[in-house]
Amino acid sequence: MKISRRRFLAASLACGAATSLTVTKNALGAGTFEGYPEGMGVLVDLTRCVGCRSCEAACNKEQNLPEPAQPFDDTSVFDQTFHGGQKRRPDENAYTVVNRYDQPDGKSPVFRKIQCNHCNEPACLTSCFVNAYTKTKEGAVVYNPKVCVGCRNCMIACPFQIPAYSYSSAFDPVVKKCIFCYDTRLKYGKPPACVESCPQGVMTFGNRKELIKIGNDRIKARPDRYVDHIYGENELGGTGWMYLAGVDFEQVGFDTTVGKEPIISNVKEFLGTVPMVLAIWPALFTGFHLLAKKKEHHSHAEQEDADQ
Amino acid sequence: MKTYVQHGKTMVDSPYKVEGKEKWTLKEKLLLGLTPRQYLAQAVRNPFNWILALIFAVGLPLIAGRFIFGLSFVTHSSNDYPWGLFLAFGLFAMVPLSASGFMLGTTVEIFGRHDFAPIERLALLNGLLGYFFAVIYLMVDLGQPWRLPYPMVVSFGTAAVLFLVAWHVATYLTVQIAEVSTSFWEWIGWPLGKQFIKKIAVGLTVSGIILSTLHQGALGALFTYAPGKVHPLWYSASFQWIHFFCSAIPAGLCMVIAVSTIVKKTMAWRCDDEFLDRLDSLTLGLAKGASLGLITYLAIKLIGIAHENEWAYLATGWGQWFMLEIFIGVVVPIALFAYGIRNNRPGLVRFTAFLTIFGIVLNRINTALIAFNWKLYQEIPHWKEVVICLTIFAIYVVTYRFILYRLPILYSWKEAPALAEEPVTEELRCPRSEPVPVEMYRSVD
Repeated sequence: MKISRRRFLAASLACGAATSLTVTKNALGAGTFEGYPEGMGVLVDLTRCVGCRSCEAACNKEQNLPEPAQPFDDTSVFDQTFHGGQKRRPDENAYTVVNRYDQPDGKSPVFRKIQCNHCNEPACLTSCFVNAYTKTKEGAVVYNPKVCVGCRNCMIACPFQIPAYSYSSAFDPVVKKCIFCYDTRLKYGKPPACVESCPQGVMTFGNRKELIKIGNDRIKARPDRYVDHIYGENELGGTGWMYLAGVDFEQVGFDTTVGKEPIISNVKEFLGTVPMVLAIWPALFTGFHLLAKKKEHHSHAEQEDADQ
Repeated sequence: MKTYVQHGKTMVDSPYKVEGKEKWTLKEKLLLGLTPRQYLAQAVRNPFNWILALIFAVGLPLIAGRFIFGLSFVTHSSNDYPWGLFLAFGLFAMVPLSASGFMLGTTVEIFGRHDFAPIERLALLNGLLGYFFAVIYLMVDLGQPWRLPYPMVVSFGTAAVLFLVAWHVATYLTVQIAEVSTSFWEWIGWPLGKQFIKKIAVGLTVSGIILSTLHQGALGALFTYAPGKVHPLWYSASFQWIHFFCSAIPAGLCMVIAVSTIVKKTMAWRCDDEFLDRLDSLTLGLAKGASLGLITYLAIKLIGIAHENEWAYLATGWGQWFMLEIFIGVVVPIALFAYGIRNNRPGLVRFTAFLTIFGIVLNRINTALIAFNWKLYQEIPHWKEVVICLTIFAIYVVTYRFILYRLPILYSWKEAPALAEEPVTEELRCPRSEPVPVEMYRSVD
């Protein structure tokens, strides 16, 4: 098998074209995105939450979710534990849940609301191979069920374990998660249903940058009441939903080991090698082929000489 | 089959029923030249078919159930473990075991080691089928498998690693079909197809290397999306892709050794003398490659631990499990391969190949399932999930066997008599115990 110059050139051209495509792709992914300037968020003040579950009820109604097995005023759900001693988590029937975290030394328990944190650089979005997720300019991370293939890579990628899947559906299983009430409220500048329903004023809806200021002001005004940290300000590249707490964040089930880098930063090293492999391998291995064949052609020529 | 061969029956291995006169029909080719009754009789006689029938009897209804009642009918449908055994075994383990195609393609076509040619077609077929069935496993696992082409035609998530995997696996499947098709063209009797593939063989092989490097690596890189979920010993942001790529090399080579061992034991009648005579020395050659791959893999695994300073984890229970995986799947195989190759013990080398395969499969299942969510709890797959995995594997074995019985993979197709009389071609078929110098093959190209 001889590799002609023409074929070699054709292959090089094809690879060059492929490389340039890939480079464009990675250029888009480069840099750090700190959120849209007008992006909205919610500041959740855990010191104010009393665990009434009004937000759960409001979410259920707003999103037309099925009626739960236990009514929303039943506080026995806080004692439920699941596989591996886990507390409740959002699933296909509930986009937000409130959990109770008992504190040591007879201190009163702390309640924490869980829902999608609407990251600035969402892991779900960057892991999705059909672009089913969008970070809207209003700050919501929304999902398009019409293109979802159901690979569930977003669920693998989400560092907060938020997306849930409707496994029981055979013909139209989709990812279910909080969408910041985007379609019905956020789009029109209104706060999500849970925020509006809260009797304790736990959640403050506003421009994300303003919320960070508000959070810092509260910490400054009452340093005895708050831990000096806004969870979500910098975690994983920053999240739309942020938290203030009166106890260490680990004690209310937050993962404090996540770091400041968005998930996509871990993946960039590999994405960077892709154009290199595409560019270098063809010449490298065609070169090996030519080197391996050289001797043979040589002896071939010699033999022809001998034949003549 | 053995019985028929013993009774002097020759299975279809050339276009002609009667030398140079009457051609086999397609139906006869499919039945290997047996009558339907004879074919059925041998199938019923084979006890392995009864085991397969039992697996299908249980498994096929379960697969149907999965598509009628949804994933929650057969899996634990967990939001914590979105990926279960279908992907851990079917995708993450089957793909490295199918690296054989590009490995042997490179050896023969790129490096010009034509002494490996007798086993090249088996390696290519092993690659093709492995990928094809990895996609089948994926189809069972996807929520909406009918949307599988979406990343190609409907909506592009270009920054996602999975996007790359999807495109590369699809392209590589096409490349592999082209590579394997040479034997199909011979069998069906359309030499033009074969000639065309031969012309583009180097191009196909080089694109095979590129695509394999990238998607074997990309399967590893998929886990870099879950830094907090995969145990640090199985996770490396910088090296995950190269760990996966590098371990695929011994995995693919050992799979060829393993399959050729099974083939030699169970369907020697289908292998030609050249294949059978050369197999021992080829096995040792493949093992050399595999052990180099394993040594490199061991080195970069250790570098991975050193790079992120994870030594302390080795003292934990997870560390012991990690060390057990490395010991059984990497260290012991390196030692056994070294001994086996040095002392010319193909039997030992074959055993070691199976051990290596076990080690790599364990590594993939560890990464995707066992060491995944290590801070949460241990997922034990649903029994129906295990049965479906086994059933798809059984379908894989049946397909594999169906093709090996028919296409000239393990034997060379006897061309028209006029051609067969050419001395060079004749010389090729002579059994050889030594590697043939490259020069001998040149004139055939």
